[in-house]
Amino acid sequence: MPKLIRIEGGQFVSADDPFTHVADDEGMPPGDVIISLTRFSAEGDALISQGRAVGVRIEPDEEVEALAYDLPKLAVVAVAFPKYRDGRGFSTAHLLRERFGFTGEVRAVGEVLREEANFLTRCGCDSFEAADGSSPAQWAHAANRHRHVYQRAPDGRTPAFTERAES
Amino acid sequence: MYQYDTIDREFLADRAAEFKEQVERRLAGEITEDQFKALRLRNGLYLQLHAYMLRVAIPYGSLNATQLRKLADIGRKYDKGYGHFTTRTNLQFHWIKLREAPSILEELATVDLHAIQTSGNCIRNVTSDPYAGATAEEIDDPRVWSEAIRQWSMLHPEFSHLPRKFKFAVTAAPKDRTAARVHDIGLVVRRARDGTMGFEVIVGGGMGRTPYVGPTIKEFLPANRLFSYLDATLRVYNRHGRRDNSYKARIKILVAALGREEFARQVEEEWEKVGPNADMPDLEIARIRAAFAPKTFDTLVNRSEAFETAKAADPAFARFARNNLKPHKRPGYTIVEISLKGIGDTPGDATSDQMDVVADLGERYGQNDIRITHEQNLVLPHVKLDDAHAVFQALAAAGLATPNINLITDIIACPGLDYCALANARAIPIAQDIAHRFADQDRAELVGELKIKISGCINACGHHHVGHIGILGVDKKGEEFYQLTLGGSGAEDAEVGKMLGPALPADRVTDAIDTIVEVYLRERAEGERFLDTFRRTGVAPFKEAVYAEAH
Repeated sequence: MPKLIRIEGGQFVSADDPFTHVADDEGMPPGDVIISLTRFSAEGDALISQGRAVGVRIEPDEEVEALAYDLPKLAVVAVAFPKYRDGRGFSTAHLLRERFGFTGEVRAVGEVLREEANFLTRCGCDSFEAADGSSPAQWAHAANRHRHVYQRAPDGRTPAFTERAES
Repeated sequence: MYQYDTIDREFLADRAAEFKEQVERRLAGEITEDQFKALRLRNGLYLQLHAYMLRVAIPYGSLNATQLRKLADIGRKYDKGYGHFTTRTNLQFHWIKLREAPSILEELATVDLHAIQTSGNCIRNVTSDPYAGATAEEIDDPRVWSEAIRQWSMLHPEFSHLPRKFKFAVTAAPKDRTAARVHDIGLVVRRARDGTMGFEVIVGGGMGRTPYVGPTIKEFLPANRLFSYLDATLRVYNRHGRRDNSYKARIKILVAALGREEFARQVEEEWEKVGPNADMPDLEIARIRAAFAPKTFDTLVNRSEAFETAKAADPAFARFARNNLKPHKRPGYTIVEISLKGIGDTPGDATSDQMDVVADLGERYGQNDIRITHEQNLVLPHVKLDDAHAVFQALAAAGLATPNINLITDIIACPGLDYCALANARAIPIAQDIAHRFADQDRAELVGELKIKISGCINACGHHHVGHIGILGVDKKGEEFYQLTLGGSGAEDAEVGKMLGPALPADRVTDAIDTIVEVYLRERAEGERFLDTFRRTGVAPFKEAVYAEAH
């Protein structure tokens, strides 16, 4: 089974990935799948009724708002970063957590690099299909590089202004 | 001034350590130059024509003497003994070696300086009023909000990969010394009739190949709602700004495409959803505000006998006082502008020795407060009139007393083809040639306020669009030509300059400027600046004179 990096109990660990990414023009394999928003609109309910776990992949030009009512049914939302510097996915992840209160897995897919680990984690991603072959230890090192953060974000880290107010 | 606390310091130390590791990985060949490029750019390290360039952030253009001395030291130790102050109030070192860059960042961190977000598609250094805390014009201290924005924008998780770079200006005075209307976001502090503080929010101004004076999208944003509103604005931009063409990716293009009202409506809609939970707590704003508490000033009278006597005895000082001293809010004090536009010098360059002189003067006479202006000059904002002559003499000894603030020789120029890989033409030699032509101070003063701004390419780092006279370097079949624009302004009366006519070869630029000045002197009515005359007469008389000579 393929592996990915996942946050479990606050630690970055290597985990089995039971999901299969299925493109729009591919046949539907058995088991847990991650499909496009378009395919989910057409086949999502049927797939879920078969008892499998279903995830949806959101591309940068797709609005996460379209998924709002379906979120409780989803196991995973895969946020796509076709290029690491396409920052729209950060807003998608942020909105999933903060606005829609999604508590399932938010997975970063695409050009997912260690150097972005901090931003991805802060915006609420909790699993990562690292494209650069990073180990969980390297990923953790990059994500935890800074002892302090200046903003409130979905990861719930204490921002500098709160640290100061509490000291 | 804001003092970094343990949190701010540990943040910088962590960042420096991270970069050190990344450089080690690059030097060990673990990552490619292409992969490394993004990482070094995040730390202000560019590869230019001849060497690496490191752009150090000077948040809202404010430094203390220790920091300026450190910059001087770095210039000596790692560069060729000088640095270049930019139109973003940053300092650039142009002759840096990659393997030394981490040590420079470590040294910078020891004095609370860094190069974070001086490059890349992120929120860049905030520009603010260099007279903040010293001018009677302001209704609040804009540094308070600038510092709050600095913190909020540091490694912002959601807004570090925007469609394009993003620049803020914050001012609180009616006279705009920040070019707020040609920034991605300009914030102008306003007070409501009931005294409540807020901001006029200007979004989508900018220069580059499509210059815009930014429209106001909110007349009055209550100050305590600033950060939720910024979140909303940046989110709309991050999600909807164009990413298919980097020349059309700035927020100005989105605002222009949607129209001011539709853009404002989208921000408003998002803002309602964001809600006040995203605002910075009042307590934090109050903490920052306390750091900018007014300085302790001596109680003095308006008139300084020492100052008047020195002026009468020393005509050079009288001239300096006339052009480079600006009114301070407190009696007996003055704001001293230090020109980095010595005749024939490179605009914005200062040697390490000059930086040390300014640092010493700031410490001895200026409450340890030194500012950088977006017009590439330095400012000692709090000097006693009694001390002005001593300051002048020390500056003069260091070649820093050029009395030309806001005059025709106070030219903004980008580094141009002498350094920059993007440039089409040289900017510095053009600036030097014009300065030589107008080296006669009497004539320069007769001409009065006239802002020449020169960019070596359409990216407009030299702000040519908003020059009273703008000069843009263009490449015509491998030859350097210069396109002139007239009537631009980056101040409160912001406007994009109008094209004068066909581009001129390098050797005709200074003559053309001379002709334009002569037309102005002929046409001007009592009390009119160049800009006023131009706005009244239009381009015709200038165009006629410049191109008549070509025949």
